[in-house]
Amino acid sequence: MPVYLLCLILFGLGLYCILRKRNIIKMIIGVVIAQYAVNLFFVLISYTDPVPQAVVLTSIVVGLSLVIVLIALAIRIYEKYGTFDITQIKDLRE
Amino acid sequence: MSAANLLCLFIVIPLAGGFLITWVGNRAQRFASYLTRVLTLGQLLTAVGLLVVVNRHGMLVYSTGIGKSTMGISLVLDGLSVFMSVIVSLMAFLIAIYSVDYIERFTSTWKFYALFLFMIAGMNGVIMTGDIFNLYVFLEITSVATIALIAFGVERYQFEAAFKYAILSIMGSFFILLAIALLYSFTSTLNMAQMAYVFAHSGKTHIGMMISVLLIMGFGLKAALVPFHAWLPDAHPSAPAPVSAMLSGVLIKALGFYTLCRIFYNVIGVTPAILGIFMFLGTVSMLVGGLLAIGQWDIKRLLACSSISQMGYIFLGIGLATPLGVLGAIFHVFNHSMIKSLLFLNAGAVEYATGTRDLKKLGGLNQKMPVTGITQLIGTMSVSGVPPFNGFFSKLIIIIAAVAAGRLGYAFCAVVASLLTLGALMKVVRYGFRGPLKPELAHIKEVPIGMRLPMEVLALGCVLGGCLLIPGIRELFLGQAINVILNGKNYMHLVLQHFV
Repeated sequence: MPVYLLCLILFGLGLYCILRKRNIIKMIIGVVIAQYAVNLFFVLISYTDPVPQAVVLTSIVVGLSLVIVLIALAIRIYEKYGTFDITQIKDLRE
Repeated sequence: MSAANLLCLFIVIPLAGGFLITWVGNRAQRFASYLTRVLTLGQLLTAVGLLVVVNRHGMLVYSTGIGKSTMGISLVLDGLSVFMSVIVSLMAFLIAIYSVDYIERFTSTWKFYALFLFMIAGMNGVIMTGDIFNLYVFLEITSVATIALIAFGVERYQFEAAFKYAILSIMGSFFILLAIALLYSFTSTLNMAQMAYVFAHSGKTHIGMMISVLLIMGFGLKAALVPFHAWLPDAHPSAPAPVSAMLSGVLIKALGFYTLCRIFYNVIGVTPAILGIFMFLGTVSMLVGGLLAIGQWDIKRLLACSSISQMGYIFLGIGLATPLGVLGAIFHVFNHSMIKSLLFLNAGAVEYATGTRDLKKLGGLNQKMPVTGITQLIGTMSVSGVPPFNGFFSKLIIIIAAVAAGRLGYAFCAVVASLLTLGALMKVVRYGFRGPLKPELAHIKEVPIGMRLPMEVLALGCVLGGCLLIPGIRELFLGQAINVILNGKNYMHLVLQHFV
């Protein structure tokens, strides 16, 4: 049981990072942490069963591709806006 | 070769086409657009053929597992899937024709076509898969392609919109994956039909409620239901017009509406509480989307807000869960995909001709762009539910169903939202197309035939769309999809027949 709680705390940390941090790179790190927490939860529910392991392997690859897209976007945003600060990036909120 | 073997081609061929384009598209300039048009036309013809096959012989199941095992990934094509498949294929084909001229002004157009095909492959996968984790994977394929397409114009604000969409979409995916983990821990299978079997024989459980909440959060975000709608008014207008048409017309329905229907009606089973949530969120979406739309001055942003409102109608319809309500919802899915694609293509035509989407800078376009003016008027009338256009019939059915079910408050809200939509869309016609021509717009020309043709076809579809309700045609196209939702428990029996 404590393992699940720790997993939940990890997920909460990831979500906190996504929602509260102003730096885009820190938000992406939050995405990665939350992704790990979900994968960990999937493995924890039955670690003697091969299916969750196969599923988590796929899920890690999917997560990797998403993180690559996010980082590519972050690089282009930095080129255009000259900042990683999400509160400075507000062309759509005038 | 049986028809079921065709199902994997819906996923394999667009993926292979996308990779082929990335391989040779750089060297052969015209190849990418030809290939996309040919592939989407082939997919449309196959989908229409399969519509007839499914109507005659029932569900098609393609399994990659060895023998009769449900361990492998299975693809399932039933009435609802084939209905969505026809919508995806039809819109993809028309938008592929439209893109040829529109996308000329961007550099490296082949990347657009490659991403477009990946998006179609992902959506085909989502609507045909019979395995819940596979659904998640296709969802992510679609998301990645969509994020890249939103940022395709490489303007400042497009990256911002793409990043916002990416973060919110990924958070939605986390909740979906958590729900899948819980589903697996409860049922020990990833096959949706077997899951449905376990749920049908387990009685009322608390974990079912927990999973439902996670799934409504995750897929509700993809469907842009109101508390989760913040990404849509930014993401949909930022994309190039053909992609906006695909996103608002098809993607939110394939990723949001279809998945919620499939999982709640066919797998977990609906409870009055979940139906209540659908109806309430749908009604709130209708009103909030309508109010947001009226305040906008950017054409595409206005249309995107109106999409939120129209998704609300669809969820009100399926939330009622009466035969009439579901008929209205399914019909509105088809109608809205046509209308909203038409309106976004029109907005793209205006942007192509004038270089702006700001209504304050436009005016009197009817004099220079008569075809776009007429199709815009048809789209406006249709989306706000003016007879005899197709939007009128589906909205009328939803409102009558709400009254028949005794939900008078919801029916009243639906009428009010319809008026809000009319107001918002008439604003585009009034400020953009009527009135005196602005002097700085004197040199503009009507868009080329390649862009006009899809708009005219869609406008014709809006005028004649009501014919789908004629008995005989209704059973073929809408009836099958409605049966899948109304007789939700049949899904597991029909699929599991193929494995015993």
